[in-house]
Amino acid sequence: MIPFTYERPGSPAEAAAAAAKPGAKLIAGGTNLLDLMKLEIETPVHLVDVNGLALDTIEATGDGGLRIGALVSNTDLAADARVRRDYAVLSRALVSGASGQLRNKATTAGNLLQRTRCPYFYDTAQPCNKRSPGSGCSAIGGMTRQLAIIGASEACIATHPSDMAVALRVLDAEIETLSGEGTTRRIPMAEFHRLPGDTPEIETALNAGNLITAVILPRPVPGRHVYRKVRDRASYAFALVSVAAIIEDGGRGRVALGGVAHKPWRVEAAESELARGARATTARLLEGARPSRDNAFKITLVERTLDAILSDARGAQ
Amino acid sequence: MAGSATAGAQALAKGSEPAPSPPRSLEPVHSRVRLRVNGTDHDLEVDTRTSLLDALREHLHLTGTKKGCDHGQCGACTIMVDGQRINSCLTLAVMHEGDAITTIEGLGTPDKLHPMQAAFISHDGYQCGYCTPGQICSAVAVLEEIGQGIPSHVTADISAAPSLSADEIRERMSGNICRCGAYSNIIEAITEVAGRRA
Repeated sequence: MIPFTYERPGSPAEAAAAAAKPGAKLIAGGTNLLDLMKLEIETPVHLVDVNGLALDTIEATGDGGLRIGALVSNTDLAADARVRRDYAVLSRALVSGASGQLRNKATTAGNLLQRTRCPYFYDTAQPCNKRSPGSGCSAIGGMTRQLAIIGASEACIATHPSDMAVALRVLDAEIETLSGEGTTRRIPMAEFHRLPGDTPEIETALNAGNLITAVILPRPVPGRHVYRKVRDRASYAFALVSVAAIIEDGGRGRVALGGVAHKPWRVEAAESELARGARATTARLLEGARPSRDNAFKITLVERTLDAILSDARGAQ
Repeated sequence: MAGSATAGAQALAKGSEPAPSPPRSLEPVHSRVRLRVNGTDHDLEVDTRTSLLDALREHLHLTGTKKGCDHGQCGACTIMVDGQRINSCLTLAVMHEGDAITTIEGLGTPDKLHPMQAAFISHDGYQCGYCTPGQICSAVAVLEEIGQGIPSHVTADISAAPSLSADEIRERMSGNICRCGAYSNIIEAITEVAGRRA
């Protein structure tokens, strides 16, 4: 880890201004950032510790939704009675991720901003366009079991590792940000994470010095809320494939995928196929997929996981 | 794989210019912090890079908390901060000014064992013992978390209160790895303490 200076700003505005300086980085839970700093994949020279800011509450909004403070821990968000009752897909996604220890520290905003777990991004002896722009992609042609099958590019085939983000995408959440100049913005989840294109190092719609202040959930979406995650062991592992779904009676609903792309993967047009079943829906969802030998199984896995969700939903009616 | 990596690098070498490097200071930066550990305040001057784990072990010589992977994957460094279990390797000492920190040394002593420590001994919940302080801190917190109604991945009805079942305990303990594989005895030890409380 390289040396860094450290400050605790007194307000969100001070934090955003401090984070806009070259080489500065915001730190909240730190569970991903410190790991990456130890490996010198992240090399901030100044840390802005936002833990003292009053951004750790969940409040009802005027239009029947919830406003989740950026610093609400993954544990507290998953355990909130309103979230468990009205947004169960979000609770389910949160408790399927990481470990109890990590969920206690990890925050709502930090979870969104965590970096990929692509093994080539982590291996500093290998070229990686995300870690070192222009150096090349070692993952293409390498071991791709955990990597993307759709929306990838010649520069990067990494996946976004978050479970929470997949649930937020299916819920049409919005991300509220504050800039160093004091302007606020609301970014729909659909636009928050980017596809890699030829700049895989740019992962979100945030600009330098943007502070996430809250995640806004719209009013609850009725239906059966499900999050199914398939992984190489039963707990404490990243998804090979995950499916967040809200299924209404009659088979209509919404679906988003984790573990397949650089961002939570949702294709609204595919949702009109849900009543026709998992095969038709998956064909639309993953139209244009370009898997490699080691991860072609993910297409079948998505279809079967979705099929299990739809048949459970039919059985519960 | 090395060959394909090289090919990838060549194919993409003509890409964008490297981003300008941020200012890079090489001098260590020190900062003062007051840590409240097991009820006692300690004033420390630490390199800002010092993890809470290293502050406990190297500065306060509380070596019960163990360094396993140092990357949040094994759970050997589990401690409690303000009543919540965390990985002490993935947090900085300077981020814990005034927080109430409990380590294995604060849970019990050889003369006065915490019930969870006694249960680990009576159920032989370890072989080499390296992961044990983290397992015990985690186990104590797991029972608190179930008591508080915090759901887990195996909670069948996410809106209902979770049970003290072995499945719940096993899932919640998945962040603590035991290289010796003493898992079944660890679950028995925790289940016994859970039963005593119920």
